[in-house]
Amino acid sequence: MEYYRELSNDIRFIEGLTACINCGTCTAGCPAAAMSDYDPRMIMDAVQYKDEKELCALLKSDTIWLCGECLSCKTRCPRGNTPGYIIQALRALSIETGFFAESGQGQKQLAIKRTVGDHILKYGYCVYVDEVDTGMYPEQGPVWDWIIKNKEKILERLGTSYQKEQSGTLRKTSAESLNDLKRIFEETGATKRFGIIEEYSAGVARRLNLDFSADRDGYFYYQYNDNHKE
Amino acid sequence: MKPNSCNNWEDYQKEIAGDRYYFARSCIRQNFFPAAEGLFLKIIREIAGKDIYDDDRQTTCSGIAYHSGIIPFDTTMTVVARQFALMTEAGYENFVCSCVTSFGIYNEVLETWKNFPEKEKEIRETLKRATGKTFKIPRNLVHTSDIIYKFRKEIAGKAKLKLVDKSTGLHLKVVDHIGCHYAKIFPEKGIGGAEFPYVLAGMIDEWGGDQVDYPERRHCCGFGFRQYLLKSNRGYSVGNSKIKFDSMEPYYPDLIIANCPGCTFFLDRWQYVLAEMEGKTYGENGYGIPVLTYEELAGLLLGYDPWDIGLQVHQVAVEPVLDKLGVTYNADEKYRGLHGEDLGKPEMPAVLKCN
Repeated sequence: MEYYRELSNDIRFIEGLTACINCGTCTAGCPAAAMSDYDPRMIMDAVQYKDEKELCALLKSDTIWLCGECLSCKTRCPRGNTPGYIIQALRALSIETGFFAESGQGQKQLAIKRTVGDHILKYGYCVYVDEVDTGMYPEQGPVWDWIIKNKEKILERLGTSYQKEQSGTLRKTSAESLNDLKRIFEETGATKRFGIIEEYSAGVARRLNLDFSADRDGYFYYQYNDNHKE
Repeated sequence: MKPNSCNNWEDYQKEIAGDRYYFARSCIRQNFFPAAEGLFLKIIREIAGKDIYDDDRQTTCSGIAYHSGIIPFDTTMTVVARQFALMTEAGYENFVCSCVTSFGIYNEVLETWKNFPEKEKEIRETLKRATGKTFKIPRNLVHTSDIIYKFRKEIAGKAKLKLVDKSTGLHLKVVDHIGCHYAKIFPEKGIGGAEFPYVLAGMIDEWGGDQVDYPERRHCCGFGFRQYLLKSNRGYSVGNSKIKFDSMEPYYPDLIIANCPGCTFFLDRWQYVLAEMEGKTYGENGYGIPVLTYEELAGLLLGYDPWDIGLQVHQVAVEPVLDKLGVTYNADEKYRGLHGEDLGKPEMPAVLKCN
């Protein structure tokens, strides 16, 4: 596979790369660069020189997974580049090629697929109150434990439509709407991408001798909590 | 020129429709601030007297999944197209979304279709194949904070309180935090652009407070999509919020308001985490700095009961700002159900003062 040619077909790549002058403005204001050695300037440089060996290394690296997609880089680039869009194209190709499974950060996509991805098809939204607890999200704090303990009463007090088949906050999304989402996912490649993530993750789990079945299994928690061991 | 402002923002204005809105919910807001969207609808209907439609067929825009890299852009474009189809079927043309990530997504999709008309055609065909639906492009696309901004004078006219400390008579010092995707992707889509956004600052000015201008005012809250969604990556998120808190602390803010669901959540919860992890609190006397959404602030000024509008589900206690504003509230009602049931109380954090 020619990686640059593949990237060039991605709309995000086409819109994200003009000619980078390597000034470093993107890196200077980047929240990810403030927290790690992530450097969008270096990524733009590597990509625009079309070095296939370098591109292959990027696709297998942790680096492309460190961006937070705030897109501050889009605002501030003096030449109209968007490193955050290039990252999206690199991530998409990394999953398509299975290379995501070769980096610790890439492997964690399984945990996101099994939370946000599965929630969309189950609830119609990326997040749903029934799936959030302070074990997985300790920063929610004691107020969340109180909310969950008294969920029906509190959500009634706050005027929501929790679990009701009517309009309003936290309502039960209809089977018809969920089916629309399922069909859209099938038609547009999301179902296929979910399958690739599961398939390659199963391979990593076998190598690590971790339980890999479905939902919140041993491999999920390994990736969600901390996979620094590999 | 007024302090803390710049004439540049005046170059970035946009049309905000005056009535008949199709409303799209937020994934994060409805879970973590469950009364906020209902309050927004109430203000628009009862205070502004406008028509806004809340459709039970709507869903996520899928933006969090897209920005986390687990679904293709084509999927998000088609989910967005379905939302537009629902708006079209309901007979509306003005689309207003409650989430800043969604606002960025809807604009990104529309810009992509402008630049690649063949992609719009392809998505129309895909949507038709998948759901049988067709759609019109919204005539007007705005964020919910834009609507509150538009009606800020009407809200001020009906408000019972101003952003003034009742015991000192001084203006309250308010930090405005704008979600990155409100205007950093498309500066021309935000009031005031990306570097001098006026959407929340305009509310602060109109409602009698003082803006706080601090060095990291435009820094991201640290959501980072996949960085927050994974427990093992969450240092990114709390670290970036800490950059902001440390930067605003010397200005002694009385209140933070945010227009993004995620930002509101993180600026609230990471104060709790920083207190418990590092013993550091950023408010007065061991409290945190209260964090509100724009409509929660509007609701308080309009005289709504703080516990009816959901301020008891914030982890950082809101009482310090209620007391400064002179809001009348019953502390015993804070943790009660709709019919007065005693629901117990949350445990108190070890460090962060919450009662």
